[in-house]
Amino acid sequence: MDLNLSPEEIRFRDELRTWLAANAPTDWDERREESMETRFEYLKRWQRKLYEGGWAGISWPKEYGGRGASLMEQVIFWQEMALAQAPPLANVLGLGIIGPTIIAFGTEAQKKRHLAKILSAEEIWCQGFSEPDAGSDLANVRCEARLDGDHYVVNGQKVWNSYGWAAHWCELVVRTDPNVPKHKGLTVLLVDMKTPGVEVRPLRQMTGETEFNELFFHDVRIPVTNVVGKVNEGWGVAMGTLMHERGTFGAGLQITYRRNMERLINLAKTTERNGRPSSEDPVIRQKLAQCYAEIEVMRCNQMRAFSRINATGVPGPEGSIQKIFWSELNQRFQQVAQEVMGPYGQLEAGDEHAIDNGMWAYGYLRSRGNTIEAGTSEIQRNIIGHFVLGLPKSY
Amino acid sequence: MQFGLSESQQILKDTARKFFAGESPIAAVRKVMETDTTYDAALWTKLAEQGFTGIIAPEEFGGMGLGKVELILLMEEAGYALLPGPFFSTVALAGTVIDACGSPEQKKKYLGRIAAGQARATVALVEAAGSWDIESLKISSAGNKLTGTKLFVTDAAVADFVVVVARDGVFLVDAKAPGLRIEAMKGMDLARKIYSVEFNNTPAEALGNPRGLAGALNVATAALCAEMTGGMQRTLELTVAYAKTRKQFGKPIGIFQAVQHLCADMYLETESSRSATYYAAWALEENTPDASTSVSVAKMYASDAARNVGNHGIQVHGGMGFTWENDIHLYYRRAKASETMLGDATFHRERIARQIIDEASSGKKKDHSKQAALASR
Repeated sequence: MDLNLSPEEIRFRDELRTWLAANAPTDWDERREESMETRFEYLKRWQRKLYEGGWAGISWPKEYGGRGASLMEQVIFWQEMALAQAPPLANVLGLGIIGPTIIAFGTEAQKKRHLAKILSAEEIWCQGFSEPDAGSDLANVRCEARLDGDHYVVNGQKVWNSYGWAAHWCELVVRTDPNVPKHKGLTVLLVDMKTPGVEVRPLRQMTGETEFNELFFHDVRIPVTNVVGKVNEGWGVAMGTLMHERGTFGAGLQITYRRNMERLINLAKTTERNGRPSSEDPVIRQKLAQCYAEIEVMRCNQMRAFSRINATGVPGPEGSIQKIFWSELNQRFQQVAQEVMGPYGQLEAGDEHAIDNGMWAYGYLRSRGNTIEAGTSEIQRNIIGHFVLGLPKSY
Repeated sequence: MQFGLSESQQILKDTARKFFAGESPIAAVRKVMETDTTYDAALWTKLAEQGFTGIIAPEEFGGMGLGKVELILLMEEAGYALLPGPFFSTVALAGTVIDACGSPEQKKKYLGRIAAGQARATVALVEAAGSWDIESLKISSAGNKLTGTKLFVTDAAVADFVVVVARDGVFLVDAKAPGLRIEAMKGMDLARKIYSVEFNNTPAEALGNPRGLAGALNVATAALCAEMTGGMQRTLELTVAYAKTRKQFGKPIGIFQAVQHLCADMYLETESSRSATYYAAWALEENTPDASTSVSVAKMYASDAARNVGNHGIQVHGGMGFTWENDIHLYYRRAKASETMLGDATFHRERIARQIIDEASSGKKKDHSKQAALASR
């Protein structure tokens, strides 16, 4: 057991840290009032800068414009980004999921056409996976693609799609064979969002934002050359993709949690409870310490999981404890923040009395989505029950 | 960075697993727990032969001189086997305190005997207030004599000497010293007995470096967390095995999600306890700035987790889990005793709060960049 960074890892970290100190914008937090479109253009410019500095898609192989970074270097990348409070990446799905999928399963022509533009954020990507009747049961996809000459004709609906309003391209899971067991008749298509018949409808969520969209496809014609991997083998392509989603990104999340924790401790020193600072109230102290400790346990769990991926090459099903851990922890943390702030916790952005311009009210509401997105807590517990503990499959 | 175990660490853990399974199977635990002390002299000799009694003692005092990570791996396996008797008290508790607080001569004399398997020992700290907070203690020495009562002292009846934490220092009392009275307390853990230890003008030898106490108790606490993690692992395994074989409605109960999700939570809390404990041991070994906090994080988490894992384990076992003959309550009993030992979750949360709220505001500006490395360094 040795948790120290190697000399190469330290060199990588220092190089990145120096670059971020010189290049990362520091005004992202102040742009909360701007329109979604303006903010997104800002994020695209930021990714372009990363790309030009050689820091976009670092996990990708060098031949495709990446750095061939090791797993630990990816972990360091997300940590340093979070420490620098750098803005997020505009093309986060393209860099983290779709690019790696094209590299793993795509044709040479697809690689040549798409990869560089993903890195530079010239083209933004989204995913069309979930449907109204295919959520946790993802293989139940109904959106169909019928072969017509050298095109597929796509009809159907997708939901919970992120970035659809800004995206140029979509990685779409469709059913190409309705007559075989449901996992077997699926295919992955690369869809140009400007193709006639593609419609994006924003979905307003409980926070008031429109992070998500519904996608509708009416007789959308997609060339067969846009199939990724083999026809009817899309389940393997899509699952390989989702594995990337449970990768190293969480390392940055842990640091963001830690920063929020420090922020909350400072708030507890300036708010009052029973005539003294909340930070001196024994009940609040217990709750703050509990949150702090859980954020630390999250870090320890991550270190163990990354080490394991490093040693075995793949994230195991035990990665499911990470998803449950960070999502449920954030919900508990947001509630403790509410308790520290008392009635002020409910105030949303724009209210003159709101603390931190409503970020805590937003965080509280947004955290309800955490245990649903990227695989519900119930599905994660099923995965642990069946794949880790070997209990019989319940469904 | 490598969080996993080295080859030699893995070998140690595997060896311990096999040794405890062979020499102290649960049937033997049940037998020895019916005795007054749960001490088995023959087992002790074998523990010494393996070098386990000297695992962490420096080589110059006859030990193996291994690190904190090795100690917790051994304790994890001891916990998995529900090892009865004074091993934790002697090696992880008294041994580490003597190593940290003793003069070279004292270490040679006392640690040497512990390492060689010739002596058992324990630490007496808690008084009537029931607190592990050193500030709460009332007993002081008077001319190297002790008077007063310590409670919840593990394995005192088989200890050859008792390390006593007093207001004004750390002392060593020989079991045969005059004025020493040891009486059994009826604790919940059947495999580790507790006692009240009364001193009446009892001669005591002051240890040379009492300032080492806090560090030693941190090591002992990490070791206890490891023992608790081992107990959780065993409880989880017993429970999953039962859920696979017990049938209702014509199906193994483990097929039902209500049961699966309890097992999944047991797994999550067991693995998280392990992560936090391994990290704490490594932080202590490397003496990182967050070492002490990381111990509190581990003990806070494990204290609640051990209880939850036991609660779920009994629930999944149904009526069987409520019977005396099922082993799960033996682990559950130890989990409760260990939960409060060396400070419960509430105690450690306050300790964390002092470090993250009070110390952070006393002008020590935290350097964010130093937290970047995974190991907070």
